[in-house]
Amino acid sequence: MRAHEIISKAITDGREAHGVALVAYVTAGFPSMDAFPTILADACVHADVVEVGIPFSNPIADGGSLQETARQALKGGATMHKIMHVLRELDGTLAAPLLLMGYLNPLLAYGLDRLAGDAQAAGVHGVIVPDLPLEAIDMARSLTDAGLATIGMVSPVTSDERLKRIAERASGFVYAVTSVGVTGQQRSDQSQITGYLQKVRSAATIPVCAGFGIRSKQHVDALRGACDGVIVGSALMEAVGEGRAIGPILQGLR
Amino acid sequence: MSADTHILLRQLIDGKLPDEHGFFGPFGGRFVPETLVPALERFERGARDALQDGAFKTELRQHQETWIGRPTPLMYAPRLSESWKAHVWLKREDLAHTGAHKINNALGQALIAKRIGAQHVVAETGAGQHGVATAAACARVGLPAIVYMGAKDVERQAPNVVRMRRMGAEVRPVTAGDATLRAAVDEAIRHWVGDPQGTHYILGSAVGPHPFPWIVREFQKVIGVESRTQMLEQAWKLPDIAVACVGGGSNAIGFFHGFLGDAHVELHGAEAGGIGPAVGQHAATMSGGTPGVLHGARSMLLQDGDGQVSNTHSVSAGLDYPAIGPEHALLAHVGRVKYHAVRDDEAITALDELCRLEGILPAAEPAHALALAKRLCEGRDDPTVLVNVCGRGDKDMPILTRLAEQEGQ
Repeated sequence: MRAHEIISKAITDGREAHGVALVAYVTAGFPSMDAFPTILADACVHADVVEVGIPFSNPIADGGSLQETARQALKGGATMHKIMHVLRELDGTLAAPLLLMGYLNPLLAYGLDRLAGDAQAAGVHGVIVPDLPLEAIDMARSLTDAGLATIGMVSPVTSDERLKRIAERASGFVYAVTSVGVTGQQRSDQSQITGYLQKVRSAATIPVCAGFGIRSKQHVDALRGACDGVIVGSALMEAVGEGRAIGPILQGLR
Repeated sequence: MSADTHILLRQLIDGKLPDEHGFFGPFGGRFVPETLVPALERFERGARDALQDGAFKTELRQHQETWIGRPTPLMYAPRLSESWKAHVWLKREDLAHTGAHKINNALGQALIAKRIGAQHVVAETGAGQHGVATAAACARVGLPAIVYMGAKDVERQAPNVVRMRRMGAEVRPVTAGDATLRAAVDEAIRHWVGDPQGTHYILGSAVGPHPFPWIVREFQKVIGVESRTQMLEQAWKLPDIAVACVGGGSNAIGFFHGFLGDAHVELHGAEAGGIGPAVGQHAATMSGGTPGVLHGARSMLLQDGDGQVSNTHSVSAGLDYPAIGPEHALLAHVGRVKYHAVRDDEAITALDELCRLEGILPAAEPAHALALAKRLCEGRDDPTVLVNVCGRGDKDMPILTRLAEQEGQ
C-alpha cells in the first residue's frame, strides 16, 4: 500500500470504528523539542492520523493559539532538520501515520525532493501545505511520485468547479476548512457546514476531513455522518500550553 | 545576457508579464490559503475590467489631477548639482496629496474596491504613508478602512497615526513578530481571510500574491511615464542614471517602468542597508537574500537556512521589510536594474544635504535613493541623474528629533 493509501485507510478505519475519524494536529517543538516526542506519541495513541506542524515565522492562516505555538517552537530551536531527526528516531514506535503540515517556505528550504526521499524513514505519509494552491501543485510532484499524500484544502468559498479540480488532484483525504477565517476561531452555522461537507464529499473519491474551529465533543458529534474525519488543532495546543496531557482530551472527543 | 534572460526582459518591456498565473519568470505567483483564491480572482477580474473601461480611466484621471495634484513636478536641483558635480533632477512625488506616491495606488484600488462591491477596506502600513493614503482614498470614495500597523512603527511614525484616525480610519497596532511592516501584512492578510467576500485588501507595495504586484505597478507607472515626458521637455534628454528606493518596491517599479525600454538609461534601486550587513541589521533583500515564498509570492527573501524569515532593521519604516516585489527580483535576475545597500547614516546625511541645499525635507526612504545617486555620480563626467523623491519627511520628525538630541543639537 502506498503512503497516501495508508492515510485514506486510516481515516476510513477510524470512521468505521468510531463514527468519525480523529486527526490530531501537534506543533513540532512546542512547548519544547524535548517534550515533543512524548506529546506526539500520546497523540498517535488516541488519533487515527497525526499532523506534525512545522513552525513558520509568518503563519498567515493561523489564529492566535497556533501563532503562539510556532513562536515558542522557533524560539526553542525547532528546525525542519531537527524535527525530521526526531521523527526518524521515533519511526516504528508510533501508533498512527503522520502528515507534515507546514507553510511552503520552510519545506522549500529543506527541499521537496529531499523530503520525498526521506519521508518514509521518518514515518511521514504526506503533506498539508496551506499556501500551496492548486495552480502550483506541480511543485509537489516529487512528493506525489514518491506515493506521499498531498492533502487538498478546500474552503466554503471555493467554487464548485474548483472544488472538483482540487478533489481530483488530492490524495490521502480532502481537508474541508469549515470556517472562513484563520485556525482556532468559531465555526460557521451548523446547517451550512453540513450542506457544504455534503458537496465536498460528492466531489471527492477519497475521504473528507473537516477542520478549523473544532474544539469540543459537541462539535465532533455534530459532524458525525457528515464527513469521514475531524481535525483538531488549536484546542489541543491550548491544552498543551496549559500543561495538560492531550490523551484524555482526544479520548473525550471520541 | 543569456537568451532566456533576454526574452524575459523583452516580455517585461512589451507588457507581457506577469503571465496568466501571475509569474514574472521564476518569481511571483499566488501562494495563498484557498479561502483567499476567489477574492483574488474577483479582484483581478475587477481590475482588468476597470483598466479597460474608458469611464473608469476618465474618473481616475480627474481624481489624479484635481485631488492628488498630478502631474507632480520634475525639478532641476541646481545646488545639489553643484555639490555632486552632476545634473540632478528630482521627481517630486513628495508633492502628491498626502505626501507620497502611495496615494496613486491607494486611490486606484479604492475605486476598484467600490466597483467590485467591497463593504470595507483593510490595509497594512509601515511608514504610515500607505495607511494615510488608504484612509484618504477611502474617505474620498466612501468606504470604511481598517489599517494594521506594527506597534514599533506606530511609535516612530506617530504623526501619521493621528492623520489616519482624523480621516476616519481605524488604526490597529500589531505587537506580534517584530512589530513592523511584516507583522502588519500578516495581520491584514488574516483579517482578509476572515472576510474575503466583504473586504478588499489594499496592499500598498508591489508585493504579495497575484494580482497585487501587477495592479500596484499599473497604478504607479504614472510616475515613470510622467518623468520620462518631463525629462524630454525640460532637460531635452533622458537621464544617464535613474534612482529610486526599494522596500517592497512600489515607487521604484512605477518609476523604472517609464525607462525599461531605454537601454542607455541605467536603473538603480537603493535598499535599506541599516546599520550593517549582519542578519537583523538591515533590510537589503537583493544584497543579502535568497529565493523564497512570503506573503503569497515567490521572490527574494531575507531568511535563514531553515526557511524562517529574518528580522530586519532600517531607519526608514517604509523600507523595513524582508522581501521585495517579484518584478524587482526579475529585473535583477535579467540585469536590467542594479540594487545596492545604503546604510542608515548615509541616508540621513543625504536627507540633510537635500534640506540644506534645496530646502526640501525628503522622507527617510527616498533619502536612501539620494545617497545612492550621489555615490553613483562619483567618478563620472558630468552625469545627468534623476532621483524619485517618493515622499516627504514630515512623518519622520519623531526619529529626526531623536537623532538631533543624540547629536546634542
